[in-house]
Amino acid sequence: MALSDDLRDLYQQVILDHSRSPRNHGQLHGEGCVHVHGDNPTCGDEIDVWVKFAADGGVEDIKFEGQGCAISQASASMMTVKMKGTDAEKLKGLIQDFRATVTGEGTVKDEDTLGELALLEGVQKFPQRVKCATLAWRAVEQAMQQKGEGS
Amino acid sequence: MTDLSHLRADFPILHQQVCGHPLVYFDNAATSQKPRQVIDALVHYYEHDNANVHRGLHELSNRSTANFEAVRKKVARFIGAEHEEEIIFTRGSTEGINLVAQAWSAQHLKAGDVVVITGMEHHSDIVSWQLAVERCGATLKHVPVLDDGTLDISVLDSLLATEPVKMLACVHISNSLGTINPVKEICAKARARGVATLIDGAQAVGHVPVNVRDIGCDFYVFSGHKMCAPTGIGGLYGRLETLNSMQPWHGGGEMIETVTLERSTYKAAPHRFEAGTPDIAGVIGLGAAIDYLESVGLENIQAHGRELTLYAMEKLNALPGLRLLGPPAPADRASLAGFTLACAHPHDLVEFANTQGLALRGGHHCTQPLMKRFKAPGTTRASFYFYNTQAEVDRMIDILNQAIAFFS
Repeated sequence: MALSDDLRDLYQQVILDHSRSPRNHGQLHGEGCVHVHGDNPTCGDEIDVWVKFAADGGVEDIKFEGQGCAISQASASMMTVKMKGTDAEKLKGLIQDFRATVTGEGTVKDEDTLGELALLEGVQKFPQRVKCATLAWRAVEQAMQQKGEGS
Repeated sequence: MTDLSHLRADFPILHQQVCGHPLVYFDNAATSQKPRQVIDALVHYYEHDNANVHRGLHELSNRSTANFEAVRKKVARFIGAEHEEEIIFTRGSTEGINLVAQAWSAQHLKAGDVVVITGMEHHSDIVSWQLAVERCGATLKHVPVLDDGTLDISVLDSLLATEPVKMLACVHISNSLGTINPVKEICAKARARGVATLIDGAQAVGHVPVNVRDIGCDFYVFSGHKMCAPTGIGGLYGRLETLNSMQPWHGGGEMIETVTLERSTYKAAPHRFEAGTPDIAGVIGLGAAIDYLESVGLENIQAHGRELTLYAMEKLNALPGLRLLGPPAPADRASLAGFTLACAHPHDLVEFANTQGLALRGGHHCTQPLMKRFKAPGTTRASFYFYNTQAEVDRMIDILNQAIAFFS
C-alpha cells in the first residue's frame, strides 16, 4: 500500500536519519555556556540545549539531549549542525528563515544557509507539528536572550 | 465473537474515506460516534418541540419540559439511581466533578482534612481536587498504581485507617490503561470509615452495565458524548440527602424559589444545581442515546468490547518493540489498548496512521502523572466501541507493521 506524498514529505529519509542518529548529542559545560530546557507539555516532547556563544554572539558550539517525536528530535539535530560556527548575524537570519520554512509564513531570504533544513518544509501541511519542529529553536532563542541578560 | 457489525449502518459518519482509505475510527474513548437515531432526535426536537423548559405555560414549553424531565427519569433508571431527583444534568464528567469539588467541599471540607484520589485519575479529577484542597487548606493524597495497571489497595487501606479522609475520588475505568477498578469494594471501604465517594464513570456508562446503588457511591459522573449522545451533555448522580445538604453551585434562573434584592431561597435537588437554561436538545439526545444503547443491550456491548480487546491485545503483543500498558487480563480491562512502540513516538505513529485512514490518539490522554509513573512520554491508544470490527483491528495491525518498517 502506497504511503501518501504528504507523509513522505514530512518524514524524508534525511529527517528520519537525524531522528534515529542525532548529531551533536550531549551536554556542554564551562564558561560561556548557556543551558535551556524546553518542552511541549501537551506532546511530551522535551529538549535540553547547551550553547557556547562566541564573542560576537555567534554559536561556537552547541549540543542537545531530548526525547520526543521524530520531527522535534530531527529538527534539533539538524539545527545544531547548521548553527555550529554561525556568526551572530547569520544566526538571526537562520532562525527567521527556518520559521518561514515550517510555517509557510514570510519568505526565506538565505536558502544557501538554510540548506537541508529546507526539507522540514513538509511540516507546513501538518500545522499541529510546527511546535514540534520549532521546539529546539525556541530553546536557542531563549539561550540568546539569557546570554544577553547575563552580559 | 459477538457480532454487532450490522449496527454500523446506523452510523452515517463511519461510511467515509479518510486520506483515500476507509475510515477506521479507534478514538472512542475520546468521543463516540452518533447513530442516526440520536441525530434524528435532535433534528426532531428543533423542528417540532423547541421551547424553554419549566415555568412555560404554552404547549411547546409543556412538551419540551415533559420530554426533558422524562430523560432524567430514564437516566436514573439507566444507572440504577433510586430517585430521578438524584440526577443533575451537566456538560459532562468534568463539570460534574467540579460541581462536587466546589459545592460539596464548601460545606464538608475544612483545613486539615484529606482528600484521596488515585494515580490513574484523569486531569479533571486531579485538578478539581487540587483546587478544592487549596481553597480550604485540606491535603490531597493518592493511591498509587501498580505495575500491572491496578490500584495498590493496601495504600488505600492505610490512608483510610490513619488519615482524616473526607472524600475519596476514583475513576471507574481508566481512560489510559483500560483498568476497571473495583469501585464497589473501594466504596465499601470508604463508607465503613464515613468517607464520601465520587466515581468518575466517563469511560464506563454506556460501555458496561452501571448501577450506582450497587456500587454504593455518594456521587457518580458521566459524559453523554462517550456513549452516543451529543457533546456538551452529561450527568451527575448524587445521593438525595447529600445533594440537599449542599448549597447551590451556580446562581441563576431555574434554581431558586424566591428572590429578593437581599437574599434568595433555593429549590431542592436537582434544580438547585441547574441554573440557567439547560442544554435541552442535548438532554433529548442523551435520552435517544440511552434508548439506542438499551436496544443493543449493555451486556452485548460489554461482551463485544471484551472479545475485540482480547483479539487486539493478542495481535498487538506480537508486534516487535510494543509495550502494552494496563492489566494483562482482558477480563480486568475495558475496550481500549494504550501502548508504546520502541521505534516511534506516539505522535509520529498517529500521524502515520491518519494518512491510512486510521484514527488513533497519541499523547498523555490527560493523565500526565500516569505517563510519568510508567516512564512513557505518552502512549498511542486504540479505543473501541460496539460498531468496531475484527477486520478493523486487522487493518490497524497491518498499518502498525508498516509504521514499524517505516520508522525503524
